[in-house]
Amino acid sequence: MPDAFLPELLQPLVQALVQGTLLGGYYAIMAVGLSLMVGVVRFINLAHGDMAVLGALLVITLTQGLGLPIFAAILIMLPVMALAGYGMHALLFERAMRGGFLLPILVTIGLGAALQNSMFGLWGSNTRSLGADIGALSWASWTLPGGVLVGQLPVLVCLCAVLVIGSLHLVLRHTRLGRAIKATSTDAEAAELCGVDARRARRAASAIAVGLAALAGVFLAMRGQITPYSGPAQLIFAFEAVVIGGLGSVWGTLVGGIVLGISQSLGGLVSNQASLLTGHLVFLAVLLLRLFREWTAAHGGWRASVRAWTTLHRGRFARRKGEKA
Amino acid sequence: MSLFTVEDLTCRHGLLTAVQGIGMSLERGEVLCIIGANGAGKTTLLRSLAGVHPAALGRISLSGRDITGHRAHERVRGGIAMSPEGRRLFYDLTVRENLVIAAENGRKGDWTPARVLEVFPQLGPLVDQEAGKLSGGQRQAVAIGRALVTNPDVILLDEVSLGLSPAAVEGVYAALAEIRSRRDMAMIVVEQDLNRALGFADTILCMAEGRAALQGPPGTFSRARITAAYFGMQDEETADA
Amino acid sequence: MTTRYRLGGLSRLDTTLMAAGAVLLALLLVLPLVASPLVVDKLTLLMIYVLLAVSWNLLAGFAGLVSVGQQTFVGLSGYFVLRLVEAGIAPLPALAAGSAAVLVVAWPLSWIVLRLRAAEFAVAMWVIAETIRSLVMFDPLVQGETGRSLMTLNAMDADLRRTIVLLAAVLAVSVALVTSYRLLRGRLGGESQAIRDDEEAAGSIGIDTLRVKRTIFLVSALGCTVAGSLWLASAITYQPRTAFGINWSVFMLFMVLVGGLGSFTGPVIGALLLFAIQEVFGDYGSWYLAGLGVVAILFALYAPGGVVGLITGRSLREPLSMRKTLVAPRG
Repeated sequence: MPDAFLPELLQPLVQALVQGTLLGGYYAIMAVGLSLMVGVVRFINLAHGDMAVLGALLVITLTQGLGLPIFAAILIMLPVMALAGYGMHALLFERAMRGGFLLPILVTIGLGAALQNSMFGLWGSNTRSLGADIGALSWASWTLPGGVLVGQLPVLVCLCAVLVIGSLHLVLRHTRLGRAIKATSTDAEAAELCGVDARRARRAASAIAVGLAALAGVFLAMRGQITPYSGPAQLIFAFEAVVIGGLGSVWGTLVGGIVLGISQSLGGLVSNQASLLTGHLVFLAVLLLRLFREWTAAHGGWRASVRAWTTLHRGRFARRKGEKA
Repeated sequence: MSLFTVEDLTCRHGLLTAVQGIGMSLERGEVLCIIGANGAGKTTLLRSLAGVHPAALGRISLSGRDITGHRAHERVRGGIAMSPEGRRLFYDLTVRENLVIAAENGRKGDWTPARVLEVFPQLGPLVDQEAGKLSGGQRQAVAIGRALVTNPDVILLDEVSLGLSPAAVEGVYAALAEIRSRRDMAMIVVEQDLNRALGFADTILCMAEGRAALQGPPGTFSRARITAAYFGMQDEETADA
Repeated sequence: MTTRYRLGGLSRLDTTLMAAGAVLLALLLVLPLVASPLVVDKLTLLMIYVLLAVSWNLLAGFAGLVSVGQQTFVGLSGYFVLRLVEAGIAPLPALAAGSAAVLVVAWPLSWIVLRLRAAEFAVAMWVIAETIRSLVMFDPLVQGETGRSLMTLNAMDADLRRTIVLLAAVLAVSVALVTSYRLLRGRLGGESQAIRDDEEAAGSIGIDTLRVKRTIFLVSALGCTVAGSLWLASAITYQPRTAFGINWSVFMLFMVLVGGLGSFTGPVIGALLLFAIQEVFGDYGSWYLAGLGVVAILFALYAPGGVVGLITGRSLREPLSMRKTLVAPRG
């Protein structure tokens, strides 16, 4: 669409930037729950993405199977999933956490496998979507000057992300539960000594995390199609957003989500395949940068650390020559 | 019936017995100072009283109620608070948040964050600072304040003067004396400074290798005996008895 | 004489087990002469499972590194073999060279990922598997989702191919078992045990923790790549989505956790169990896989030592233990 406002070459680029930012909102909702788990419970729930898919499938069954309006279905599903998160923590994670850092990872991988395949058994292999249940919203869009199309649903999801993250921020800062969660994440034993039930705080954090994952899952099913095996990919995206945004920071996940979304949609200009790849590469680059920073910080600036490294190794080579001689 | 009674308390770290057969009984307004060399089991004893280290044997009761099996936060709500070894503040939260968390999860009573700021006036201008940016004395004040705002019947204070400047120690003890004068709670203090402990305590408990080497009002023991017990030497008077 | 830490000697049970293992492997070598093609194929699969389980156990049980991304090496070796065959190399040398070539990727990778913390390492490895899969799928040779078959291998006589692959698999398993036995009974075993117990303390007494972890990471990667090549040789078709699939990790996790994490015999027992369960319940498809997940959770929570742990708990003596214990001074 030629337009005076935007040069024709730039139009796809701007379009990708806008879409990537909005996509980032979705990733942020996925990621903020994971970030909360990492921050408070101190482990990564590898079944986080599968919880999202489960939430979405529940809503699909409530609307398409039982004929409930979608909004009501979401309102029923959210507390159910939050309760599931609470119970999952009480039954599985607490026991696993007593066995060091290996067991929680093992348990959540097992949980992921169990969830995906049970969902496959229950809901079958068909791809499913909530697109039909939200009517025009699923495809309606606004046209910005320059011919840039903005989908109404992505805008809604992105606004929702800001709302969710903003309210989580407020809850953590200004409510008793939020402060208890923050205290537990900083120092669980000290929190107990202040009268905080650290176990309950962790369970609550897990409930919030799973609830948010399920909400994200619903948006995923509204935007496109899901299968029982869509979860792992969502976990990876959420993890990437958390790492890009900086571990444990609530607003950071929004930034991380948007960076990931933009990387993917820019990569998508090349091909579908390239879209995911670009996201992964940006994540790996951020990870490398962080490791490099940690390394230099431990050696007093990067110049000093390179110098230290070379002298160290020169010494080693010299010794070896000496030994031979 | 005493306010706080401990009978035959024994704690282990794996196979090592860190605390063995400790007993005590305290009333409101009483101060017990625990002294002893490093590794004598003072901190483990205090942690066990607060509920963050399990008791292997023995019984702890508060106002006649057996609380041995209660977890730390349940004990806080029952009326036992501790300022732990190393202060353990929430360093990325503000001083106010540190106090509020303890206040809203502990018991309601006279002690509020505002009153803590009256007792420790040096905290006044710092309430909105992150706790990680405070000096040693200020951190100690926050840690004690955090224990106070849960309105305990028994307050446990670990390492009261460790790492503080002499002026800061004076300040902390002035505040503790004021709290004690109200006689509304019993106080158990781990103190490295022997003179300070002897001057402040109603009862001292000197620990050596996990056991009570000496226990009683400070006036009843000779200085030599206390020093001997402190360094874990054979106590002749008790050995004869 | 000073008190020293060292391995307890081999008990009668241990030597019997070793002898039995050797005899079994030797029997497998002559088996293709008599067994039906189906049995040979199944046994090859079993050998691949053992190889994967032993490799994963080295990583998780001895270096304390839980990876959800070892499928990187499974998938990548298949791809390299495919490329080498395309370049005109005969299929059998290509299978060997493909396995070795993966180390070129694993080595630089180890410099990065081993600096990550526990759970981050797990997921980062997964992301790396996905990244490499995306890259592989860019190669037109692989034909995206469709995948490609190893035509030249298909052209070989089917029985001969099966026999060779099984022999190679038995050989690989033997080498893997002997190598990890020697590694773990040697200095590396003690160092890795120290790291697993307390990484910081291990570092402070002069153990180069990164070097120990890197060695184990590379050995484990090599095991997975050989398994990947063998799998391609027996399955012939290469599909990136299967080759890089997360199911490999789920299987490895299941075998090691159920067999006995950090024990020498555990992964072998786990592989036998997975193989048996797959034979019996494999037809239930997704419910079977869900069941594997549930069993893994139950073992992780209630029997973290796996089957070996349960046996050891009864007899107080772990078969073929790699654990260094205090040995009283003699004389």
